[in-house]
Amino acid sequence: MRNNSVRAIALAAALPLVALTGCTTEPSVTQTTGTGTGSAAASSPASKDWFDQSLYDTQNQQRSATFEGNPEQPYLQYIAGPMRDTSKFKAPGAHKVCFANASISNPWRQTGWITMNQQLKALQGTGVISEMETRDAKDNDNTQIADIDYFIAEGKCDAFVISPNSTAALTQAVERACETGKPVVVFDRGVETDCATTFIHPIGGFAWGIDTATFLSERLQSGDKVVALRILPGVDVLEHRWAAAKKIFEEKGIQAKDYFTGADPTKIKNIISDELATGDVKGVWMDAGDGAVAALEAFEDAGKKLPVMTGEDEMSFLTKWKQTGIDAMAPVYSNFQWRTPLLALEKVFKGEPIPAEWVLPQKPILKDELDQWLQRNQGMPSGHYAKFGGEDLAGYPEVWQKRQIP
Amino acid sequence: MKQRASFFQRLSSTQIVYLVALVTLILGVLLVNSIGRSFFSPGNISSILTGTSVLGFIAIGQTLVILAGSLDLSVPYVTSLASLIAAGVMANNPNNVLSGVLLTLGTAAVIGLANGLIVARLNVHGFIATLGVGLIISGFLATNFKGSFGETPLAFRLVGATGIGPVPISTIIMLACAGLAGLLLHRTRVGHHLYAVGGDIAVARTSGIRVDVPVITAHVICSVLAGMAGLLLASRLGVGSPTVGSQGGYDLLSIAAVVLGGTLLSGGKGTITGTLGGVLIFAMLDNIMSVMQVNPFLKDVVRGVVIVVAVAVYARRRIVSRPERFPAKGSVETPAAQPVPVEGP
Amino acid sequence: MSTALNSERSAILKQNRASRSERLLRAVRTPGGAVFVLLTGLLATIIVLNPSFGEPGSFIRFVGRTAPIAIAAIGQYFVIVAGEFDLSMGSVVTMQVIVAGNLIRQDDSKVIPVLVLMLVLGAFIGLVNGLITTLLKVPSFIVTLGMMLALLGLVLYWTGGAAQGNPADSFRQIGRGGIQDVPVLDIIPYPVIILTAAAVAGFVLMRRPYGRMLIAVGDNPSAAALAGSRVWWVRTRAFMMSSLSATVAGILLVGYAGVHPSVGRGYEFTAITAVVLGGVVLGGGRGWVLSAAAGAFALESLFTLLNFMGLQATWRDTVQGAIIIIAVAAASRSWQRKRKGASSAAHDEQHQMAAAPTPAEGTEQGGRV
Repeated sequence: MRNNSVRAIALAAALPLVALTGCTTEPSVTQTTGTGTGSAAASSPASKDWFDQSLYDTQNQQRSATFEGNPEQPYLQYIAGPMRDTSKFKAPGAHKVCFANASISNPWRQTGWITMNQQLKALQGTGVISEMETRDAKDNDNTQIADIDYFIAEGKCDAFVISPNSTAALTQAVERACETGKPVVVFDRGVETDCATTFIHPIGGFAWGIDTATFLSERLQSGDKVVALRILPGVDVLEHRWAAAKKIFEEKGIQAKDYFTGADPTKIKNIISDELATGDVKGVWMDAGDGAVAALEAFEDAGKKLPVMTGEDEMSFLTKWKQTGIDAMAPVYSNFQWRTPLLALEKVFKGEPIPAEWVLPQKPILKDELDQWLQRNQGMPSGHYAKFGGEDLAGYPEVWQKRQIP
Repeated sequence: MKQRASFFQRLSSTQIVYLVALVTLILGVLLVNSIGRSFFSPGNISSILTGTSVLGFIAIGQTLVILAGSLDLSVPYVTSLASLIAAGVMANNPNNVLSGVLLTLGTAAVIGLANGLIVARLNVHGFIATLGVGLIISGFLATNFKGSFGETPLAFRLVGATGIGPVPISTIIMLACAGLAGLLLHRTRVGHHLYAVGGDIAVARTSGIRVDVPVITAHVICSVLAGMAGLLLASRLGVGSPTVGSQGGYDLLSIAAVVLGGTLLSGGKGTITGTLGGVLIFAMLDNIMSVMQVNPFLKDVVRGVVIVVAVAVYARRRIVSRPERFPAKGSVETPAAQPVPVEGP
Repeated sequence: MSTALNSERSAILKQNRASRSERLLRAVRTPGGAVFVLLTGLLATIIVLNPSFGEPGSFIRFVGRTAPIAIAAIGQYFVIVAGEFDLSMGSVVTMQVIVAGNLIRQDDSKVIPVLVLMLVLGAFIGLVNGLITTLLKVPSFIVTLGMMLALLGLVLYWTGGAAQGNPADSFRQIGRGGIQDVPVLDIIPYPVIILTAAAVAGFVLMRRPYGRMLIAVGDNPSAAALAGSRVWWVRTRAFMMSSLSATVAGILLVGYAGVHPSVGRGYEFTAITAVVLGGVVLGGGRGWVLSAAAGAFALESLFTLLNFMGLQATWRDTVQGAIIIIAVAAASRSWQRKRKGASSAAHDEQHQMAAAPTPAEGTEQGGRV
């Protein structure tokens, strides 16, 4: 009796699913993967070391490259290079955009996401975009692959915007999106295929590493100690920063000791306190600015001379930099890149050519510009990024001040 | 009111799990249709079922471990390691698929054996033993693997991307594993001993059961299934990844799915069928919230509330129905008034 | 049942006859005592590697920065010894940190009201955890897991993921400042004082009827219920103490490190590990409150030692995992050895540890209401 009713209820729950199994045809996943997966086989990302000399050299050059476009709109600037013909995508009217986002799990991504939404409203106002459907993968590769497959099957998308959670794992899913024949915009982290209409990103992690390590090594002697505070291992954007910095520190004879902090200021303060207990620390290097304030406070509390430091364009660091007057710089991983994908699609729907690889400027904030950037971002919360690039959008500054996330 | 209560009482916890799943389904249909989408479209069904596969493998193993009175918090790291071994050994060569699969599952089994031995022989609580083993693996992964590694051949990748109708092959394999685990529990001596050990280890010991065997078996199977999840992820991602297991938060999520499926956290009572119901509820919930574009932060709020509310439904019922096991004498009111020790130490 | 009582009583009598040094030795050999040996060993190794760590000034700072996790471990102890888990601790810490950052801002006049609000919030969360666990009979692992997800999600939703900024310095002084110009020590950080107060309060509480009832509830809830204790209320109060301790930890952490949404992440696992390292048995009924705090110190010393050893950053998890397993396995070994020697006496000894050496055992056995 009991067993029977288990089955009855289980069946009732499963029946619609079962019924559908019978009557649906092949899902698009089956069709697309057969053709799509073959091309990705070429590259094998099996390197055990993050350092890549050719990427390093490219990004080193790009640091001093000239950017096309209006410097007042850095989110539209790019380094001259091969352009993509988009005339086949030219279409009037409003289009539906599908956005597969890796996550909004850190303040940098949240700030960008807020900016992107304000940009979306602007483009909805001008009738370029009808709606943007977003799926958030919560930092999970597998979820994001499923998200992209869902968009392909169900989204009725006119264009895809993808911010990949990781490089190699998302490659095939991006290729499947490309095969729909709709424009695909990839930004932030890349994928191992150039099928996308454009890949938007700031110069990159090696440039960050070169900027910061050069800054520190110019101010320190050979043999001086630098503590490197890193968030977590295994993320290419972050690992590239450290790979470049480590190389330069080694060349200049600077003794750099690295730690993983999970961006937790408590751990950062403990680490610096322990380091100060064992000897002098002359410099602090960070692969992201979160928790920079805790690092400086550790010096203050131990009564030690404040270090030479590199942080990020995050507001709490900029404010503390100003207060303490330390010798510092703020490298930038341009947050305004979150505007660019939608603006790129605007051009695509007009049929205007866009760069195949859209390299955005990535200019660190130096001492002489500090006041200007603090001025521009007055009243912003501590997790805000100074170069968010949304000053001209509706809702400025309240939306960013209150961090309104839809 | 009384009528309803008695209907409710007659249901087993597994039945209630599927009742909750049915409610979720109906809710899903209404909500998804309200924004002009179809819940039963092939793409959506496939999306839901894909969501069940990885968590399903791990939750089946977790069910066995929990039934034996232990826990496994090392599963995410075993999954990541498995994906790396699989992709590394296969190295995009179809001839290596078999050796890759065997080596992956073998390694997972060894880790499971270590977990089991630490729990059963060294008498370390499962929570700490597997947390420790998880940390050991996580350090190994962070040191030796820089980002994604290896590559799985096309033939193997198709496993994660193909389906019969909207039902992914991975889901079918997962259900087959569930069937095997069910057979193990209900048709074998180890399975019966597993329930006995989880129910009361002292009683099991005095009745002559070698209590180590079921505990170690459960841990080995759990790790092997976590290894299966790693294989599936390697197939879907095309590469191995040192973080893919922890990305999913499969340790706590699988425990939640098991308990949501009506299994007692303290061991000794529960079914694989229930666990599958729990996994299905999670998958549908995630799907509905994604289609509705719920704010990612609020998704966690909904998940947290649903876990507690759903479990509260059966947990209450369990107390109410308990007296029925001893129907001969004693009034029904007294056990309800007194707190009955549902969970043992 | 009556024979069990008799043997228990005689075992206690036998124990009370032992000399002080013998009792100390015996205490050290229990899991709750062994953690002090582990702690001493770790601290000694750190000092050998880096003698300046042993200077009073830097040592007291170390105690100060360990205070938040030690306080959290004391709170978690109450829940664990009652046979439950509190996984919501980390989210409570994060919530409180962000509440402090967003509500106080730079306004000194808001410090006291917000402080009160935070404590009320903490107690309320514990009350909810406790009532759902005890009255709705949902396992605490699930209740607090749900609370962990829901609370963090709500806080991040409310703040858009990041706090506005650090609260006023007067508030941060609680976690960052201290009594200056103390001879020898140079400074006594306020967290050290708060930790001492919490430890004393915990110690006293565990010797009072409530503490014994808590252990009885963790050991055998039906027996405790039959003995007349209101099991649900005993457990609910344990959850409230846990959430309150997480609140206090949060207040100290805002001061020590500042506001960031990652403060408190993983705190529940660290606290549970600390408690278990302190010889407290998951499942309830056994363990000593001060050993839980000592477990937190042992864990923090371990992290510090790993920092000083200059071990490659990525290997640290591995070393930590191995040491936790070895320590807990060794502790459970020593506990087992005792059990073989003196049959049921070993079990009673745990009560003895928790109830401290007052000869009040007779009343504990009797029908206390």
